[in-house]
Amino acid sequence: MTAPVLNVRGLSKRFPVGGKRFVNAVNGVNLSIAPGETLGMVGESGSGKSTLGRVILRLTEPTEGSIEFNGHDITHIPIGKVRPLRRDMQMVFQDPWSALNPRMRIRDLIAEPIKLHMPLSRSERDDRTEALARRVNLSTSLLNRTPANLSGGQLQRVCIARAIATDPKLIVLDEPTSSLDLSVRAGILELLAEIRDETKAAMLFISHDLGTVRMISDRIAVLYLGEVVEQGRAEVLFESPAHPYTQALLSAHLPADPAIKVTRHVLEGEVPSPIALPSGCKFHTRCPVAIDRCRSDIPPTIEVPTGQQARCLRIPDGGNIIQRKEPA
Amino acid sequence: MTLLVVEDLHTHFISRDIDNRTRVAKALNGVSFSLDAGRILGIVGETGAGKSLTAQSVVGLLRPPAKVVAGSVKFEGRELTDMPQAELNKIRGAEIAMVVQNPRTSLDPLTRVGDQLVRLHQIHSRGSQADSRKRALEMMEAVGIPDPESRAKSWPHELSGGMAQRVLLAMSLMNAPKLLIADEPTTGLDVTVQAQILDLLRDLVARFNMATMIITHDLGVVAHFCDDIAVMFGGSIVETGPVAEVFAAPLHPYTRNLISATPERFQMGGAKALGGQPPDLFNLPPGCALQSRCAFATDTCRNPVPNIEVTPGHFALCHYAGKLDAEPAIEVRA
Repeated sequence: MTAPVLNVRGLSKRFPVGGKRFVNAVNGVNLSIAPGETLGMVGESGSGKSTLGRVILRLTEPTEGSIEFNGHDITHIPIGKVRPLRRDMQMVFQDPWSALNPRMRIRDLIAEPIKLHMPLSRSERDDRTEALARRVNLSTSLLNRTPANLSGGQLQRVCIARAIATDPKLIVLDEPTSSLDLSVRAGILELLAEIRDETKAAMLFISHDLGTVRMISDRIAVLYLGEVVEQGRAEVLFESPAHPYTQALLSAHLPADPAIKVTRHVLEGEVPSPIALPSGCKFHTRCPVAIDRCRSDIPPTIEVPTGQQARCLRIPDGGNIIQRKEPA
Repeated sequence: MTLLVVEDLHTHFISRDIDNRTRVAKALNGVSFSLDAGRILGIVGETGAGKSLTAQSVVGLLRPPAKVVAGSVKFEGRELTDMPQAELNKIRGAEIAMVVQNPRTSLDPLTRVGDQLVRLHQIHSRGSQADSRKRALEMMEAVGIPDPESRAKSWPHELSGGMAQRVLLAMSLMNAPKLLIADEPTTGLDVTVQAQILDLLRDLVARFNMATMIITHDLGVVAHFCDDIAVMFGGSIVETGPVAEVFAAPLHPYTRNLISATPERFQMGGAKALGGQPPDLFNLPPGCALQSRCAFATDTCRNPVPNIEVTPGHFALCHYAGKLDAEPAIEVRA
């Protein structure tokens, strides 16, 4: 077992909203990612997925907890010392149109991180820029264009080329394919998987789309109201989800194949406000198998027999499985 | 009973360039389909394929420079394309209702939601204000809004995304429409809320026997909530048929490619995904719009493309429909 690239312990982020109230975006998250591994992070809007990605890269300051990157604690080091580290930790954002400066040429956009982080001569830099463009399957004839001339899929390839330009050890991808059409999306995911296998970079893949996450992830963490409610190997999580929320989330996912019949556990209501978090288990307000104890006791993270970790008080007594309703 | 018949619909964007030459973007190129009461048709396609434009052309909501230049839209036998606006206004919001993608921007921010429902009912019925209010509460209840009495007094900004979409659905039902057009009704909603809204929509379609058109880019929604599917590409319906059949045996190379790119079918590293640029609507090639991206394209594809019925009700707009081997296009290419 190699040492993890990223090791996060008890990480929390609270945003003040006035009057001593806080948005509890991330609450005590533990996770680690090994080199060459992809951790998929799923959750609904407001579950804190994007905030978590930003806090890990110190784009947003954490409130509590620790972030260990490549063996060094980077939680409290001054931001001036974080910047050189960014060579090894990169990010790809959801919307490639707003992530790229519309007035720069594609060539300069890809060369920018090289200029910042790598002491290369001008011709070496040009060579590397063109090699990167070819690596992400972008025609080098596009290098002198500006972003307005490229399609969404091509722009996302530019963003990926920028992210891998400095051979980072960790890449955080925040919904990198959500704004793309289906046929383009598959190509981008394949490219990411190839890059991961070639460079052994660790990836944190944030998405709300379970189908996409399943395609690329080795392990998956499910986030609900800023808390990891279940974490484990992707195939285990999809085959035998332990937490009632994971079960509901998986059953709400519609596979794009009418031959796959889905059993639905439709959850009542919507996600509670992260300003006034529910007591006890944060999921008890929507949980179909909640008992009285769930309202008062905070569930610990426990190891499930199938191998994953989950936070649910009903796992020991076997009451965590939502019973299938017979179709009416 | 066939409620809506769309035949050979052509919609163009006609503009002038800097030298005052006319430029025409052929956005819809001969769209034909029909819809029966109680059926749900899912329209899918990539950005710019003409999904939303089809809906807007059907209900006459086009704004210049977009214009229906040919074709017909018959709703219960009445031609809609040349109907005067005043007459269309009597049909829209009453017999034909529409639910759009962004629920919050479709509600009037300065009117309580209950009053918006009442207002829509008053425009189309001669009943009293009290009757309209009673119906508004009934419809809010039908779409599963808890405590409709107090919710009716809410302002749009007080609603969550899911709740706002329910209000829009309630609004679309106010005048008991025969045809419901839902343009990306669940895009932007969370999956657990999407499941609630889609279940509700399906119940309502069955209960009120509405003909329904769902426009979406999510094949999962089509696979589990629609009876029929129409796949659009380059302003044409390239394949249409019953959902189970189209997913099991797609005929058109574009549909095959689309279905094989879904997470359920896609094999990582197994084959190269076929992406490519959408066709240039200002300069469409003669014949098939897909020819530059298609692995099967031949010189024949430059000729006008026939719409071939391969099995009953399952059509594909392709010279080679039903003649391609069973392997999906992307594997041939790899």
